[in-house]
Amino acid sequence: MTSFAVVAEGLRKRYGDADALDGFDLTVPEGTVYGLLGPNGAGKTTAVRILTTLLRPDAGRAVVAGFDVVAQPDRVRHAIGLAGQQPTVDEILTGRENLEMWGRLRHLGATAAHRRAGELLERFGLAEAAGKRVRHYSGGMRRRLDLAAAFVLAPRVLFLDEPTTGLDPRNRNEVWQAIRGLAEAGSTVLMTTQYLFEADRLAHRIAVVDTGRVIAEDTPERLKSTVGGDHVDLVLRYAADLAEAARVLAGAAGAEPVADHDTRRLTVPVRDRIGALTRIMRELQERGVEVEDVTLRRPTLDEVFLSITGTAGVPGVTGVAGERTVA
Amino acid sequence: MTALPLTPALPRTHRERLRWTLTDGWTIARSNLVHWTRNPAAVLNALLYPIVMVLLFGYVFGSAMNVAGGGDYREFLMPGMYAQSMTMGVMTTMIIIATSSARGVTDRFRSMPISQAAVVLGRSFADMVNSVLELAVLLACGLVVGWGWHRGAGAALAAVGLLLLLRFALIWVGIYVGLALTPESASAAWMPLLPITMLANTFVSPALMPGWMRVIAEWNPLSATVAACRELFGNPGWGGDSWAAQHALWLAIGWPVLITLVFLPLSARRYRRLNR
Repeated sequence: MTSFAVVAEGLRKRYGDADALDGFDLTVPEGTVYGLLGPNGAGKTTAVRILTTLLRPDAGRAVVAGFDVVAQPDRVRHAIGLAGQQPTVDEILTGRENLEMWGRLRHLGATAAHRRAGELLERFGLAEAAGKRVRHYSGGMRRRLDLAAAFVLAPRVLFLDEPTTGLDPRNRNEVWQAIRGLAEAGSTVLMTTQYLFEADRLAHRIAVVDTGRVIAEDTPERLKSTVGGDHVDLVLRYAADLAEAARVLAGAAGAEPVADHDTRRLTVPVRDRIGALTRIMRELQERGVEVEDVTLRRPTLDEVFLSITGTAGVPGVTGVAGERTVA
Repeated sequence: MTALPLTPALPRTHRERLRWTLTDGWTIARSNLVHWTRNPAAVLNALLYPIVMVLLFGYVFGSAMNVAGGGDYREFLMPGMYAQSMTMGVMTTMIIIATSSARGVTDRFRSMPISQAAVVLGRSFADMVNSVLELAVLLACGLVVGWGWHRGAGAALAAVGLLLLLRFALIWVGIYVGLALTPESASAAWMPLLPITMLANTFVSPALMPGWMRVIAEWNPLSATVAACRELFGNPGWGGDSWAAQHALWLAIGWPVLITLVFLPLSARRYRRLNR
């Protein structure tokens, strides 16, 4: 038995003129939740499609649960579960009927499929809605039912492609809870996400993907520390105070802040979060600098990309939702 | 959480594999059929369309129509309606195939260790059940407007068999085309399809059409089925003297077999090539 759930070496996939994957390497230890983090178009979905036997790589090799994805696709399919970007649940059937159908297609037999559907509905918090048609489910309930469908046989490796895209925070929390449960039950989970805060919450390890390859790989803590930990965002009332406030931030954080004149915003990474924030606010008050808004937040995907590659990722896709407002 | 169920073994023998294919096909067909029982509006819609056509053509246009060689227009019309309805059934296959691909259902099937033949088998079985029902309603509708069969139940059943054979052949066209379409463009496919069903002997005798159009109409696979059905039902025909018209019965078998022989492997190939 291998100690790696997924090993990919030099995967390449080309669509027309564009390289979707360009030398993609990945090693996922068994029993972990592993995050593939990257902007739209980075190649995350292509990688998942190759690893789940849906797509054939142009070059390279991938082994999932000990089986080669090209040479032994049936063995791989037997060991994995997949929940794609959109729930594939059947809207006209009830939640229970959906799971019973997937159970029968996994050859559990009618009795076992019925029993397993009951267990899964219970486990994913859908027991009360079991007899309702999926058409009446919320977005989060559909996602959870879809996860349950991928989990009918408790796969050794579970692939989740952007499992929370399009969900509101409450539904997102429910899905996160469900994913943690899957990992606790013993599956290795490989999930893709555009959000650093999501990978941070769920994953034991993160691979940052850009332009078809993995550009960084580490634990969330170490990845974040390469970016400089959390950030303080300040919005001043008067643009005239920017220079003076920048000196205060630099002194308190020990790093040069980034200033945006138009929005009167200053951003600086801080290590000692509360200490630095307290000092900044006190000194600004002493100097009579009026502050309109303060935010202590985690680094965004853009900032991770900036620190790894020296260039910003695709603008506009990054984790605004990761903000935590202090005040 | 109770203990996880054991992972069932992969099928080892051919016989086991065949049994899996059949049970999986049935599971998929059954969930497809449940859709029909839960969605009466869609069923009504699908059945109402041919009924409205029967009334429109039978009474609105029919009053101005003459059948070549004499005979009642509605007797002439109904076999055409049956065949047209079987042909338009390809839309159902196409839309469901295109929607399943777009919604990721096809991908989930492909990521599972089930026989992909089972997926297609389930789809075609559900489509055939659906078409049998549709045809039964239409036949009843025909009886109401004065259509009937005059050459015995055996010949009538043979005609029904030819109609279903055409529908079966078109399943593979539907899968082949549906795999390449978005659900939106699949829904728009009636536009090119409707003229094809009319450029035939369905409503009007090809003898009345201009030369080039007559050739297309006479050789249209739909015309072969319609002409053969008129013959078998004992309904008035269009009495053409071309080779196609004289050998309608053979063409009504030959065309669907040819279509199946071409499109079944093509659709299997397109399905396999989804991984490119």
